[in-house]
Amino acid sequence: MTDPATGINADTAESRKVSDCSEIVLEARDVTKSYVLDEVVVDALRSVNLEVCRGEMLAIMGPSGSGKSTLMHIVGLLDHPTTGVVTIDGEDVSHMAPNALAAVRNKRIGFVFQSFNLLARTSAQTNVELPLVYAGVSGGERSRLARLALEQVGLGERLGHMPNQLSGGQQQRVAIARALVTKPSIVLADEPTGNLDSQSGVEVMKILQDLNSQGITVVLVTHDARVARHAERVVHIADGRVVLNERVECRIIAGDGQGAAAELETAAATLSVNSVVHA
Amino acid sequence: MNLVESFRIAIRALGANKVRSALTMLGVIIGVAAVILLVSIGTGVQAQITGQISGLGSNLLFVLPGKMEGGGSGGGTASAKKFTLDDVAYLQTRLGSENLVIPELAGAADLRVHNLTMNGQIAASNENVADAAVGTIQSGRWYARGEVVGASRVVVIGSNVRDTLFPGQDPLGSTLDVNGQSFRVIGLLEKKGGGIGGSQDNIVAMPITTAQTLLSTRDISELLVRVKDPANVDSVKALTQIALRPRFSDQFSVFTQAQTLSLLGTILGTLTAMLAGLASISLLVGGIGIMNIMLVSVSERTREIGIRKAVGARTYDILSQFVIEAIVLSVLGGTVGILVGAGGSWALSAFVATKVTFWAVALAFLFSAAVGVFFGVYPAWRASRLDPITALRYE
Repeated sequence: MTDPATGINADTAESRKVSDCSEIVLEARDVTKSYVLDEVVVDALRSVNLEVCRGEMLAIMGPSGSGKSTLMHIVGLLDHPTTGVVTIDGEDVSHMAPNALAAVRNKRIGFVFQSFNLLARTSAQTNVELPLVYAGVSGGERSRLARLALEQVGLGERLGHMPNQLSGGQQQRVAIARALVTKPSIVLADEPTGNLDSQSGVEVMKILQDLNSQGITVVLVTHDARVARHAERVVHIADGRVVLNERVECRIIAGDGQGAAAELETAAATLSVNSVVHA
Repeated sequence: MNLVESFRIAIRALGANKVRSALTMLGVIIGVAAVILLVSIGTGVQAQITGQISGLGSNLLFVLPGKMEGGGSGGGTASAKKFTLDDVAYLQTRLGSENLVIPELAGAADLRVHNLTMNGQIAASNENVADAAVGTIQSGRWYARGEVVGASRVVVIGSNVRDTLFPGQDPLGSTLDVNGQSFRVIGLLEKKGGGIGGSQDNIVAMPITTAQTLLSTRDISELLVRVKDPANVDSVKALTQIALRPRFSDQFSVFTQAQTLSLLGTILGTLTAMLAGLASISLLVGGIGIMNIMLVSVSERTREIGIRKAVGARTYDILSQFVIEAIVLSVLGGTVGILVGAGGSWALSAFVATKVTFWAVALAFLFSAAVGVFFGVYPAWRASRLDPITALRYE
């Protein structure tokens, strides 16, 4: 458990110590992000440092508006930082040209969004094939890999279904299959259970944990303490700063027999611990 | 990613958005078909009428009452003094027997055979009628000089008159009521096809003397002069003007065929331009339809672009997809529009002369395609330059 005093002023050295890293796969150094909204400058991120180790499962947690999603979009190369450096596999990607960034997103990163972001009126199979199309994989191979990915998330029977013929949980599993079909080293999930009922949420968390156990680095953004406790480590963000970096004790393993009620109890316990930490 | 792959993506995206694709194509189809159809009517009518005038022969002079020399605008033919048969005889004497002076008189006719009736047109002339190009005899004969002098009640009928009043019969020798008077049918004309202001096949041709009695007039509508040697057209025209000046001062007009053609060309050109104007409104409406559909779908398409970029599409991939989509829609819509326009023009040719012209096809197609491609690609080009997250969040 992190010492409360150092946890609040979490810095790079501290997070390294906490995560006990062998290799850093994703790093943000002094990243800031400012928007101009109605002529007022809003600082979404203020000098954030983040290191993600290869193979770990990390949750970025914070209340809405804390900048956690912005941070994930920046380390996922969907957005660019105002200042600061992002490195992936040790390579500085902050100044890459748009097409080079597209290639990094395509090959090394998989995204899962709260609102799924599947192509409408397009079958699950075709949606999952999409990253492979842009990777230049040939048609037959594409079809095979997409089917494998969908089978991996338990949707082998629904290849031809359109998004509107699938439940929210199934749509999110299609999105996960799309994220993992290119065999990325990192999967980034932004509130992956935010639009789902608790049962579907458990399924999605189980799939993410399974992916992680296969060696894929998973970074997940959430405001939900229970969801965050599925990760090995939680980075807390508030007002655009990292305020706490903790290793999760009593990690929740999704679908291992604990009922949702049990998970909720654990979550409540975590919350009370956190409030002690913040106090 | 190669071009074949872009093409496949574009086709798949079009298939996934059938309604939007269909509506966009509809805009192109309407624009292209309307232009082709309307311009084909204008051009067709123009070609047919100038063809008819040309068919009369280049050695023909048209002599009309009223002064119309100044470009054909001022001609008060209604109030001008009309020619009479006396003027015909006088002019025939002055021009010599090698040049034929042919009077013409037109009027409305109510035709009846037993209980069958129709509206027709009287086309009356003298014994030189064969040179007036009223029509070509298919069976029977033209009226002779004696019948003109004697004002005999004989008619030569057009093919529509035969078809309507004598269905399945040989009309020769039968009787026909024209404006209540009984006439004997002595000839039948070959079919000529439509024209402006009623079919050329609705005519009943009769001796001019008979027609004057029937219409209670001593006037004739116009004179034709058939010049024996086409090389003499200008000198005969001058001679005609000199001969008529003492009787009509300057209140008459003599046109050569070339002048008539250019006059008609001006009038019919205006008609075609007017139809083209109407057609360009359709083109504009079609274009606005395309624009609407494309702009309405910008937010959905921007999010689609965000998704594609998030999973690794490059700017080139996005643009090629959207360019191909727009081109496929424009070409498909344009082709269907051309088929609809040409088909409609063919169907209309039963009622009015039509002629599909290349420039109308090309103009309509290029305009619609340009609108489709611009409004399909421009928003996509803008969206492709956004950060993926901005595109994903686009409202």
